[in-house]
Amino acid sequence: MADDQIERIDSARAIPYAAQPARPRLSNEMRWALILTVPYLLVFALFVIYPIGYGLYLGSNPDSYTRLFDDPIYMRTLRNTLFFVVIGVNLKMILALVLSGYFFSQRWWIAAIFLVFILPWAIPSIPTILSFRWMLNSEWGMLNSLLDDIGIGGQPWLLRPELGLGSAIVVHIWKWLPFWTLILLAGRMAIPRDIYEAAALDGASGIRGFFGITFPLLAGLYLTCTMLSTIWTLGDFNSIYLLTGGGPFDTTQVFATLSIRYAFKIGDIETGVAVALTALPLIIPIVVFLVQRLGKEETA
Amino acid sequence: MSANRLVRTAGLVLVGLVLLVWSLLPLYHMLLMSITPTGNLFSGRYFPEHPTLENYATVFTQDHFFLRYFWRQLANSLFVAVVSVVAVLLIGTLASYVIGRLRPRWGNWVSNAALFTYVIPASFLAIPFYKIMSTYGLLNSLWALVFSTITFATPYAIWIFRQYADSSIPRELDEAARVDGASVVQSFTRIYLPLMAPVLIAVGTYTLLLSWNEYLYAFLLLSSEANVTLPVAMGFFLATDDSPWNLLMAVALIYAVPPAILYYAVRRYMVTGLTSGGVKG
Repeated sequence: MADDQIERIDSARAIPYAAQPARPRLSNEMRWALILTVPYLLVFALFVIYPIGYGLYLGSNPDSYTRLFDDPIYMRTLRNTLFFVVIGVNLKMILALVLSGYFFSQRWWIAAIFLVFILPWAIPSIPTILSFRWMLNSEWGMLNSLLDDIGIGGQPWLLRPELGLGSAIVVHIWKWLPFWTLILLAGRMAIPRDIYEAAALDGASGIRGFFGITFPLLAGLYLTCTMLSTIWTLGDFNSIYLLTGGGPFDTTQVFATLSIRYAFKIGDIETGVAVALTALPLIIPIVVFLVQRLGKEETA
Repeated sequence: MSANRLVRTAGLVLVGLVLLVWSLLPLYHMLLMSITPTGNLFSGRYFPEHPTLENYATVFTQDHFFLRYFWRQLANSLFVAVVSVVAVLLIGTLASYVIGRLRPRWGNWVSNAALFTYVIPASFLAIPFYKIMSTYGLLNSLWALVFSTITFATPYAIWIFRQYADSSIPRELDEAARVDGASVVQSFTRIYLPLMAPVLIAVGTYTLLLSWNEYLYAFLLLSSEANVTLPVAMGFFLATDDSPWNLLMAVALIYAVPPAILYYAVRRYMVTGLTSGGVKG
């Protein structure tokens, strides 16, 4: 590569400007760089840029927004989405942070429990959400027979809006808690041991050690994970659709499911896209934040 | 002091038990339903009175209206997963090689484009994606689903590949090869790819799990019963009120076991591969 550069500089000096070929010849290496990137650029252009552009076009009709804001279901969905995301993300991330401390232990049996704990993440979510759905059935479900047997009494889990949305949050957390615990656990393991040893000498361990050392060192990672999780939770279609189907009477819809409902159940594609676009004020800042943060890390 | 330790250990054991029940209950429930005979379904007990493997036999022989295309649908899922994995690994390694090794000035743009795709929620792009697949004439074709998996898995692949290559494959190695006269293609296939093996396994598994798990795109892009993947077919069971839930849970368990086995088989690669990206944040 160095030879190549010298050669180019030399030839640039040797040949007067006007005599140079109109288009400078690409170096062999740069030609290969282009050729090898073509497959990804094609994927990006055909399946990311084009649908985004088309989506913006479909969502450019102001009438769909009037229709949307007049629809009481949309307002309900907005509240549901905020509830689902705020509670779902924070509860999940705090639990993940606490459990990453639990699994940080060296005990063999805690390592064994981790192997079971990771299962929900390793297996596909459709089968397990369907299992939850039947388990939560108010008449025949296992959870209600369990609650009846211990004298608490069953609840109409999927028949009341608040309970249905709450159940969907539980299902979402069940699926994704192991993943975030794993990431935060790896973050804890990356903290050099001698920091703890020095702190222990100064008498900082336990709770004080956590707030004094672990948390400050994990804070950056925790924030990135929370942002990433916010985006993905916002896009979680399965936990709602397969558990409550957005029902009863569209009271448990979130943006991800409502947009599909408009587009494919009612057949109003434009309003469906409009639902997704009204989430942009929330999505754009997070996307910018993440691209900057993760991009910086990449070049470091 | 020792009493204190005992209490502490008891607390840890208790948390462990709660975690075990929490993780296993829905899976136990799935197993339980799948060995419950038809007609005994609404008992809601903790274990069936007459456990049976009959449901699995029904599934394997496709002996029910909902199961007419079971093997075909399983094959569809497998086809989409395998083709997607191969394509994602190929496209991802090539792009990461260019960005990280050949380092053109525009490499950062490609990298940011990938990162951008990684952080937008896929379900928000579903409707226009459906429309463009209709423009491309790919609706109801498994290739449409393959393309959607490639679209959403490749960015993550590129990102992880780059981090791994930057930290574990010394750049001097391919520079030395270039000095010895190896072409770009040779240094890619002979040096870069073989050294990437561990992270190829991690990202390959990740892509496979992602594809195996896909519901929304599969459900929108595929329509005929013989062409859908198994998760969509499982969704069909919800269409009626008197669905054979024991058969559904047998299908669900059959579908859930292979990825779990795969995950445990390659676990040590997954941990390094998946976390290398997130940890430094």
